[in-house]
Formats: sequence, structure tokens, C-alpha cells
Amino acid sequence: MLAIYRKEMRSYFINPIGYIYLGIFLAFSALLCCYTTIVSATYSTSQYFIFLVFALIIMIPLLTMRLFAEEKKLRTEQLLLTAPVTLTGMVLGKYFAALTMYVAGVLISCINFLPLYIIGASESALEDGSKLTQIGPITGQIVGGVIAIILLGAALIAVGTFISALTENQLSAAVITVGVIAAMVLLSVVNMLTDSDGQPIIANYVIRYVIDWVSVLSRFNAFVNGIFDFAALLYYASLAFVFLFLTVRVYDKRRWG
Amino acid sequence: MIKIEHLVKNYGNHCAVDDISFEVESGEIVGFLGPNGAGKSTTMNILTGYLSSTSGKAMIAGIDILRDPLGAKKLIGYLPEQPPLYLDMTVEEYLNFNYELKGCKLDRKSHLEEVCETVKIRDVYHRVIRTLSKGYRQRVGIAQALVGNPKVIIFDEPTVGLDPKQIIEIRNLIRGLGKDHTVILSTHILQEVQAVCDRIVIINKGKIVANEKTENISHVVENNRRFNVKIAGPQKEVLAALHGLSGIAYAEALAERDGDACSYMIESEPGSDIRKKLFYMLAERSWPLVGMEALGMNLEDIFISVVERSEETRAAAVTARQRTARRGRRDRAVLERSLGETLYEDAKRQRAEASATVTEEEDED
Repeated sequence: MLAIYRKEMRSYFINPIGYIYLGIFLAFSALLCCYTTIVSATYSTSQYFIFLVFALIIMIPLLTMRLFAEEKKLRTEQLLLTAPVTLTGMVLGKYFAALTMYVAGVLISCINFLPLYIIGASESALEDGSKLTQIGPITGQIVGGVIAIILLGAALIAVGTFISALTENQLSAAVITVGVIAAMVLLSVVNMLTDSDGQPIIANYVIRYVIDWVSVLSRFNAFVNGIFDFAALLYYASLAFVFLFLTVRVYDKRRWG
Repeated sequence: MIKIEHLVKNYGNHCAVDDISFEVESGEIVGFLGPNGAGKSTTMNILTGYLSSTSGKAMIAGIDILRDPLGAKKLIGYLPEQPPLYLDMTVEEYLNFNYELKGCKLDRKSHLEEVCETVKIRDVYHRVIRTLSKGYRQRVGIAQALVGNPKVIIFDEPTVGLDPKQIIEIRNLIRGLGKDHTVILSTHILQEVQAVCDRIVIINKGKIVANEKTENISHVVENNRRFNVKIAGPQKEVLAALHGLSGIAYAEALAERDGDACSYMIESEPGSDIRKKLFYMLAERSWPLVGMEALGMNLEDIFISVVERSEETRAAAVTARQRTARRGRRDRAVLERSLGETLYEDAKRQRAEASATVTEEEDED
């Protein structure tokens, strides 16, 4: 497993894809952070994290499209499948490599919050010492947001890994992954849509409840507001587990084909 | 070392491997011979744990590949039909990755050096695999199979697409490996197994047709009955004489010419050596024999002869005879066509000669 993990990490940086991913992710998150906080004159980062989720629709496939599709095309999977490595080990090795890249991107992008702290510090200095209200970003909210985006990403990477194992072509893996993740994310947007009277478009409460339960975004909000939602953690973890399990099954099934 | 018992593999309704069983002793080099689609690769893929069998058992050193896949896979080095190379890695990175993947315990530096020395890829060690030629890629693939010094090495068509010099090098390499490894290699080239293997397993349509020591198969192969002869003499008469000679199953004229000699393909009846008889017959009529070349048997012929030999039931003999009869008719058709060609060629030459004489005459005028 470790060998496969290391190989995947190396291949992210032998190929331009690792650099492209980090570059786009960092540039986009910086731009987003600037517009949602500084330009909007707010210290709240909740908007930033919500918008970042939509960026993931494009970013996650960049990480996952190669994982299995490329191995299948080059026939190198034969090497992995005949090596003394379990299928689970192989899938997890690849999954954790993609996850590492993702988490690295998210953590590096935390420097985006630095300007907020600096502005916050200079503004509280102007308030000549009155300590009644705290001026500046709320660290708890930021930490919650980072945890949430990592959890959500972990689940979506598992989805992308699964789709990559089903296809033989990087491009089709990427396109399908974009579609599936977009559907998962936009499902909750449907719930938020309202008509001109301010009534939700989907009037039936039961349908809204089900969509809300399935949607990956609805569980995101608590974190973004600085509340650690254990149920959501469990939700994202089990989503990741289910798709990784399915990926292993895909390979197991193929052997019996 | 390797034991396969009643192995069956079905793909839907198609049966790729149909109840095959064989054993390979430790230190043996076994050649897996068969036409494309005979089930060679499938058997090898099952043996290496890439595919699962529908039923039956495959054991490596007593370990069932289905029961304990990791234990069995540790003992195997496998070079699939298409070498599984990561084109964007250097040879060094690739071999190091394999070293880690196989959980190798040997000293990394000296072991990888030894492997590179064996397959002679030292000079490309730091190059990216994408930039290597086919021969070098194949060797890197072999190096990959050797990493970890596995007891069993399996090569699936290791010499396909290589130039003759590389083929010989790789064959020598495999023969060298046979000293302290058990090797299975698959091929559809007969000379290859003859040159390299101790034992030959011939497989056709998912079934084992023969499983013999190489010497025994070679005996069948070398007992040649087909010759390409060059005889100087009038073609039609020579051909008629050849047909008349007892012991010749059939003869045909080939379009090829060598001066005033024509080429003929003849096949003797089983069990009779017609070479001397042919010589005396030709000498009697003063048609010089200017060349004689034994034609190798192709795989199909070997299948037929092997089947004829191994299945001594009457039914098998009958089908074999029918097959020969059918071939006889086909050969006659070929013969007639080539005769036609010869006549046409003759006519053309005569016309050319005639026109040449005409021009000469005109020149003289």
C-alpha cells in the first residue's frame, strides 16, 4: 500500500497534473477569499467555504481521473494486481495519495486568511483598547470550515476514485466525475430555490426533507458556522467508505469476469 | 513447483481454458506453445492471480493462489504480454517502485544492480522509459519480473516484436534464468521453445494437446517430410516424373527459378526417406539436382502430428486421414494454379525472345 501511495504521489509531480491542480486551487481560492471577505467588507468566511464547494466540482476530477483509468489504459494494472498487494491496499494507496494532494492544497490555501487577521489587528488597534467586541475573523469558524471542506473532499475523492475504476479513459472519467459531483452538490441548491413569492419551488416537505438528507451541502453549514457536527462527520466518512468499498468490488468482480 | 489441476475458465459462454492439468518441476523451463487465442495468456493470468479460475486449482510451491494470493504472488515474477511500464518514470524509479511493491527484503542497491546487470539495462538506468526502444522496454519488463528474486518466473510472449538479435539475447537470458528459477514462457514460435525449454506444453482451443520433453517433440519435428528441391530440366516432364516416383505423396512446381533450374515442393509419404531415391531417379534421366532444402513444419502440422501420435484410437486416425485428404485436394489446386503460371511465364518469355530477335534483325538491316 505504501509503495502504491508513494508512486501515486510521485506521479502527481512527474506529470504536470499535480502542479496544475495546486496552482488552480490556490489561485482560485485566493480570488474567492478576496471577493467573499475583503471586497464584501466582512470577516465571516462562511461564504468563502460555500463557494469553494462549487470549485471542487472541477478540482476533484483533476485529482482522481488518472488513478485507475490510466493504469487500465497502459495495462500497468496487471503489475499491481499480480503483485503481493491486496486490492484494498491498492485502492487505499491511491485514495490516500489523492487525499494528501487535496489536503495539502486546502492547508496551503489557509494563508488566504492571513490578510483578514492583519486587517483585523489594525482595526482593533484603531478602536483604542475597548475590548468589548472582538474585531477580526473568528478562528473557530475558519477551523470548522477547513475541517468541513476536507471531509467533503474526502467523500468526493472516493466518488471520483470509484468512477475512475469504472472507465478506461481519463477524459471520460473526468467528465463523468464532474457530472456526478455537480449533481450531488446542486441537489441542495434545488432545495434553496424560491419562486417570486419567496415560497420554495419544491413545495412538498417530504421531498425537501429527503433531498436535504441526501445532499452533501446541507451538512456543510453547521461546520461553516463553527459548530462541530458529529453526525456530518459520520455521514462524509461513510460516503467515502461506501465508494472505496465499491471500487474494491469493481476490481474483485473483474477478476471473476 | 507449479501444479495446475483441472483448471477451467469461462468467459460467459466462451470457454477459454477447458480442464487443463499439468505440473512443473522446480528448476524446469517449460514452454507454453499454441496459436493465438489458445488460452495461453488466460492460463498465465490465472497462475499469477490476475484472473480467477471458474473451477480447478492452481498451486505455486504448494500454495493455492485463491486461498493465499499474497503468499503465492510473492513467489512469482510475471511479465505480461504487454510489459506493464509506467512510461513517465525512469528505469531507476520504476525498479525501485517494484522493489517496494513486492516488499523485497534483499539489499536494495546491490539487488537492483544485479538485476540490471542480468538484463543489460545499466546504460539506460537513468532514462525515462518513454524514450526507450521496444527492445529495452521489454528488458525493463523482464527486470521487473526479476526484482525480488522470485522462485517462479512467468513470461508471456517475451520476444514478440523484437529484432532477431534481441530475440537471441532474450532467449539466452531466459536459458540463464532457468539455472536457479522455475520458468514458464508462452510463445507461438516453435523454434523458441525448442531453443530454450526443457519441456513443451502444447495447448489448443483451451485444451492441452501435448505435454512432452523437448527432445520428444523435436523428434517429431525433425522427422521432416517436406523438401524444396531445385532440378534443372524440363518442368512438365520433371513434375510428371516426380508424381510417378513411389514414396512421394505429392509434388508441386513453384514459380521460383534459378537459372535453368525450377523449384519444386515435394512431400514424402510418412515413414519413407525419398531423398536417395529421388537422386538416383534424376541421375538416371540426367536432370541435375542443384538444391535440396528441408522445409520446417509449421505449428499446425505439429498439432496434427502430435494429435496423430498421442491419440491412437481409430476415430482419431480417421479424422487425421480425412484432414490429409482435404489437404491433398487443396494442394492439387495450388499445383494447377502454379502450372498455369509457369505456362504463362513461358509464353511471355518466348514472346519477349521473339520480339528481341525481330529487333536484332531490324538492327542488322
